[in-house]
Amino acid sequence: MPSSDPAVLETRKQTMEPISDNETASLTFEVKNLSIWYGEKKAIDNVTMDIPSNAVTSIIGPSGCGKSTFLRSLNRMHELVPRTRLEGRVLLLGQDLYSANVDPAIVRRRVGMVFQKSNPFPTMSIGDNVIIGLRLNGVRDQKFLNQRLEQSLRMAALWDEVKDDLHKPGTSLSGGQQQRLCIARALAVEPEVVLMDEPCSALDPIATAKIEELIHALKMKYTIVIVTHNMQQAGRVSDYTAFFYLGRLIEFGTTNKIFSNPTERQTEDYITGRFG
Amino acid sequence: MTMLSKRRDQHLWRKIKSALVSGGTFVSALLVIAPLGLVFFHLLANGASSVNWDFFTQLPKPVGVVGGGMVNAIVGSLELLVLAAVIGIPVGVLGGVYLAEYGSARGNSMLRFIADVLNGVPSITWGVVVYGLVVLRFKGFSAYAGGLALGLIMIPLILRTTEEVILLVPNGYREAALALGIARWKTIVHVVMKTASKGIITGILLALARIGGETAPLLFTAFGNRFWNHDLSQPIAALPLQIFTYAISPYDDWHRQAWAGAVVLVIGIFCVNVLVRILTRERAPSTV
Repeated sequence: MPSSDPAVLETRKQTMEPISDNETASLTFEVKNLSIWYGEKKAIDNVTMDIPSNAVTSIIGPSGCGKSTFLRSLNRMHELVPRTRLEGRVLLLGQDLYSANVDPAIVRRRVGMVFQKSNPFPTMSIGDNVIIGLRLNGVRDQKFLNQRLEQSLRMAALWDEVKDDLHKPGTSLSGGQQQRLCIARALAVEPEVVLMDEPCSALDPIATAKIEELIHALKMKYTIVIVTHNMQQAGRVSDYTAFFYLGRLIEFGTTNKIFSNPTERQTEDYITGRFG
Repeated sequence: MTMLSKRRDQHLWRKIKSALVSGGTFVSALLVIAPLGLVFFHLLANGASSVNWDFFTQLPKPVGVVGGGMVNAIVGSLELLVLAAVIGIPVGVLGGVYLAEYGSARGNSMLRFIADVLNGVPSITWGVVVYGLVVLRFKGFSAYAGGLALGLIMIPLILRTTEEVILLVPNGYREAALALGIARWKTIVHVVMKTASKGIITGILLALARIGGETAPLLFTAFGNRFWNHDLSQPIAALPLQIFTYAISPYDDWHRQAWAGAVVLVIGIFCVNVLVRILTRERAPSTV
């Protein structure tokens, strides 16, 4: 961080321009001294971390270590819980997500999310599930919607399986297909980042493998942050890994480094299965 | 030896207690079902023979003239239901949405308590309130006043059922929609309410069935009418009112018609309840 002068920071917040091109060229998120409270409970404790662009960053750690909260703070989803408080800054391509004039809905359009349990809208068809984000954000052009529908389903590697069943309910698909439908739904609004909160924890190994393949393909176009309980998965899919423990970022580095030669004792203990 | 007999005594006493409790629950269950059977049997025995084509097509005949029907009361009841629905459905549904999705915990628990108290207010009270507020002010009984009284009864009923079914919508759907950058109100209307729509409709139908049979709130609001009335600012006929008037009259023919009216009313309400059963048969989707 080049300057901590409050006046300078304030100006940047207002203009919402990147701090500098050099600094943000390869970083999607810059998280600075982030702390989050739920009521009295501190869930995230002074985390500072950069998330590189067009790469997969996985967040690992034992249950309750704050990894989901951290992930949700990247698109302000944690605010849905009442009585949350946040300190510090989260910059998306240099722009502070938490400055007063930023609409959380716009943040979430830029930073999509896939959840632990697949949740296609039960009242909507497969096709409607994919384009609902666009439609409710005011897109009316049917040709464009159809185009985006196919494109999103193709990116989610689901098109060939559902192209003849687009009118069927989204909930008629298998668990793994539903999760890919949710990924297509998130991609349809053209986000810059896709957050994934344990996207495979409810899936069988074959469906998991498909999603992991998909994650590999998607990082060409998107920055991906994935929370996972499964360390083998983190090892397989991610380029960078962050290890959280008790709300703190213990270690961040390339996945190779974290898994083969961690600096911190706690990281090593967790990765080798000595706790967690 | 004494210990063994004591244990046997206790065993016997436990068996007796068990039999008493299960017997009690069985009798209570019977008491719940029996009145429905009795009402249906009694109504059909007395009224079925008087339900005929004339009943649905003819106006009431003057005293002494045999025959006639209650078409004006049937249509009047439907008109009153429409008026009540116009008031009760939007306010009840939106209020329920507010309770489930917005507001503070403390304010909401107060609103909820008030709605529950209102649900317990005797229906004639609503008639009195509307009589004081509308009938006296505008110097006349009217369909509007009747519709308002029924609509006010509907509001807390619909409010509570709407709130409950909206709270049943799994949070995962809200999160999924909000994470797409969809505005909060659009999420509520297009995702949450749509998911809960069957439950909301069920609540509305049950409220309509409930007020469809209400008599007391109409006594000094809609007042009743023996003729056609298509001016909503004038007194209007309603099936329950007509039944009441005919049942307390001294004429046998009117008594028969009152029975017929009761049969039609009960069958109508029964049909609404069956519709509700059909609507709710498909279970809500699994939790997310």
